[in-house]
Amino acid sequence: MLKGYVPPYNATVVQRLLDQGAVLMGKTNLDEFAMGSGSTDGVFGPVKNPWSYSKQYREKRKQKSHGENEDSNWLITGGSSGGSAAAVSAFTCFAALGSDTGGSTRNPAAHCGIVGFKPSYGLVSRHGLIPLVNSMDVPGILTRCVDDAATVLGVLAGHDPKDSTTIQDPGKPFMLSSLTDVSKLCIGIPKEYLVPELSSEVRSFWSKAANLFESEGAKVIEVSLPHTSYSIVCYHVLCTSEVASNMARFDGLEYGHRCDIDVSTEAMYAATRREGFNDVVRGRILAGNFFLLKENYANYFIKAQKVRRLIANDFVNVFNSGVDVLLTPTTLSEAVPYLEFIKEDNRTRSAQDDIFTQAVNMAGLPAVSVPVALSNQGLPVGLQFIGRAFCDQQLLTVAKWFEKQVQFPVIHLQELMDDCSSVFEIEKLASVSLKQ
Amino acid sequence: MAAPMLRGCCLGRCWALACIDSSSRHGRGAATGFTSSGKRGQSFVAQQPLLTAQKSRKGEHKWAAVVGLEIHAQIASNSKLFSGSQVHFAAPPNSLVSFFDASLPGTLPVLNRRCVEAAVMTGLALNCHINKKSLFDRKHYFYADLPAGYQITQQRLPIAVNGSLAYSVCVGKKWRQVITKTVRIKQIQLEQDSGKSLHDELRSQTLIDLNRAGVGLLEVVLEPDMSCGEEAATAVRELQLILQALGTSQANMAEGQLRVDANISVHHPGEPLGVRTEVKNLNSARFLARAIDYEIQRQINELENGCEILNETRSFDYKLGFMPEPNLPPLLLYDTASLPAGADPQQVINIDRIQEQLPELPSETREKLIQQYGILPEHSFALLNEVGLLEFFQNVIKETRAEPKKVTSWVLNIFLGFLKQRNLAVNESPVTPSVLAELLNLLDRKVISSAAAKQVFEELWRSKGKTPSQIVSERKLELMQDEEALERVCHAVMEGHPQVVMDTKRGNPRAINKLIGLVRKVTHNRADPTVIKEILEKQLSS
Repeated sequence: MLKGYVPPYNATVVQRLLDQGAVLMGKTNLDEFAMGSGSTDGVFGPVKNPWSYSKQYREKRKQKSHGENEDSNWLITGGSSGGSAAAVSAFTCFAALGSDTGGSTRNPAAHCGIVGFKPSYGLVSRHGLIPLVNSMDVPGILTRCVDDAATVLGVLAGHDPKDSTTIQDPGKPFMLSSLTDVSKLCIGIPKEYLVPELSSEVRSFWSKAANLFESEGAKVIEVSLPHTSYSIVCYHVLCTSEVASNMARFDGLEYGHRCDIDVSTEAMYAATRREGFNDVVRGRILAGNFFLLKENYANYFIKAQKVRRLIANDFVNVFNSGVDVLLTPTTLSEAVPYLEFIKEDNRTRSAQDDIFTQAVNMAGLPAVSVPVALSNQGLPVGLQFIGRAFCDQQLLTVAKWFEKQVQFPVIHLQELMDDCSSVFEIEKLASVSLKQ
Repeated sequence: MAAPMLRGCCLGRCWALACIDSSSRHGRGAATGFTSSGKRGQSFVAQQPLLTAQKSRKGEHKWAAVVGLEIHAQIASNSKLFSGSQVHFAAPPNSLVSFFDASLPGTLPVLNRRCVEAAVMTGLALNCHINKKSLFDRKHYFYADLPAGYQITQQRLPIAVNGSLAYSVCVGKKWRQVITKTVRIKQIQLEQDSGKSLHDELRSQTLIDLNRAGVGLLEVVLEPDMSCGEEAATAVRELQLILQALGTSQANMAEGQLRVDANISVHHPGEPLGVRTEVKNLNSARFLARAIDYEIQRQINELENGCEILNETRSFDYKLGFMPEPNLPPLLLYDTASLPAGADPQQVINIDRIQEQLPELPSETREKLIQQYGILPEHSFALLNEVGLLEFFQNVIKETRAEPKKVTSWVLNIFLGFLKQRNLAVNESPVTPSVLAELLNLLDRKVISSAAAKQVFEELWRSKGKTPSQIVSERKLELMQDEEALERVCHAVMEGHPQVVMDTKRGNPRAINKLIGLVRKVTHNRADPTVIKEILEKQLSS
């Protein structure tokens, strides 16, 4: 639909980075209109996870299968901001921007072994972010370490007059303090997130992480988010409804793709939208239109809004009871091969893969995925921290502490190693940027 | 065969047989200014054969009509409701379109403060309750002039509700009696205007101009308390004057700044209301009353012929409901009591302050005129009914010693008459208030007669630069001041026409006028007829 469209203005987040001297290296691939959890449904083709070519993964695979074409079974990045995650993961840039509506930044971050940060809703301007679900979208930040994410957040956060949903405070850059004592911290483990589909490896990492906090003196307790089981359905009703509304503007009239049919306006709309949208997008629009029909509105849309309120209140109640930060998995498992991923359709996959991440968007809370360790297959696994609204700095502080504890390994890509072997000998941590 | 138009309708039950010629029956939306039911922007006229006068009079006494209005007024602001692009009439196509107006992805609405103030002012002037919290919604439909595929409006919780509008209808003989009626206002909401689409039938294409897309509108919903086209038109006129007095909208119908949709139904008194139909996009004041009355009559005819009234707009009514606008938080307004301490005045709106600063409304202005100058109520309406006329009148009053009643008469009859004949606006008048004041002074001092004054006025209109005094002396229009000379003339005329004198003495009332006429002729109209009459009567009785 937006083929050949060059936007005549910069998004606020882009402009703020440029104003601070950032060099824009390029635009990355994603699922079309950010709908998907694999970055496999974009017009330019699917995104390949750099870890597919990592030494860590390759060595593990050599042990298992023989005579297989090296490239045929590459892995997905997760999505929808998979291109940005891949770019950061492969050391092509300092940071990348994504979007996060149901986990689209955190999911690929986990699969690509990097930090994926979702700010509190209202902290970072959405002016220039093509909307998917206006009430849940935020720009996401992808970096190789938590300090880098904090640096970027410091530049981006704060009031934007062009976005009426941003906070009033102007925002300013900040440095994360290095936490040494976690004894005053209370970590919550939501019991409803222990689902059968969770892979045993991820579950084990989650458990180890909880133990780590406890052994360092933090209070770790089990908490309950009782409406968790309703959140997928609620999310889909609200998401598709807003999508149907937001996509109504793509009619080929003012910008973007326009079909050749000019018999009538209606015919032109229909053909343009059929040609310009892929199946996933069209499917969601149809679903959303259904929920927005006058006769369905009260039963679906309004009900979903009410359930959303309940879900958000679950988090409020937990944070009010003394919990500082929640600890959960980010994904059900490590990244899967593309050929396996596409066996299920986009909608099914999204419903499965968003399970730990989308309630956060409905509640507007900040959350961050931090890589914890490599799986048995040599692939990254991430865990998620969820914080109180507008306590993004505190959240990142905890994440930074955790990152230092786990010492997640740097990706070993042959090309990189040949060029910068000296760097990797010294640094164990992922960032090749500013070091205090 | 056309049926006659009836005016001066009975109170409470109003029916009129509209005078329709063939051109207006097949009118296109733009030209005649109304479309009935059917799709937006396309003309759709009821396919009803024109009935003969006899047939339509059948059972006419048993019907009552009910008319409700939805009025859209463009807010007089520098920029649009949610974006910074300018608001101008007749600018080059697509020259006032921001990224947001063109619905470029990623753009977001930012509320215009002036538009909110305009809505609050209008709500207060119409006795509404101002909602301290109001919400914005998206109303979805696909149309080429609506780039985003939805219009941002206030359906769930508008900014003002439950008000009233008082208007006056002139009834009775010569429309001398003024009756005040009230129509309830259901709500006032802020919403976006759409762009304009022009259908080029010749080349089978549609041209879209987005200059108007996103301009702020006030939608004022009037409950169906009106009963005929005249009442509706009068209510609209009064609303126009109020909006203009407030400065919240220029409300010029010809420029599309005020558009009216009418909801009309008919029923037998005592029975439930009938099915409503909509007459949309009325943008001419003149046509408004006629179109409504025509629709009323059409419905009556249909029902009397045993047919049903169909509400055709339903089929176009796009089936999607409203969705809350997620990019705009609830609009919060404050009054002095609830204003948060230390609030930035740039960021908040105080309803009480706006109330204090409300300008004088037309009804107040009229009342003041009546009190101050002792003019009649219907004249106070007339003075406010023409743009600039009141100011003209007041300027004349300032500079003349003539009685207000005299000034009123001159301004409303003679001055306005001249303007209307030549299709001029008040500000295009070649006669300025000072000039008219001077003329009236001459009249007041009895330097010239009334007839002479009219002559002078005509001359003033034609040739600029001359003062009334100049014209008077050039044309020798001064009244004879020498009463003795006049007496001599009267005497001479009486002597010269003994028959007429006889008639007069015999009591023939018209005879004296003949004598006066003769005297006037002799004096070249330079004598005051009243004085002539006095002298003649004195001489006749002696």
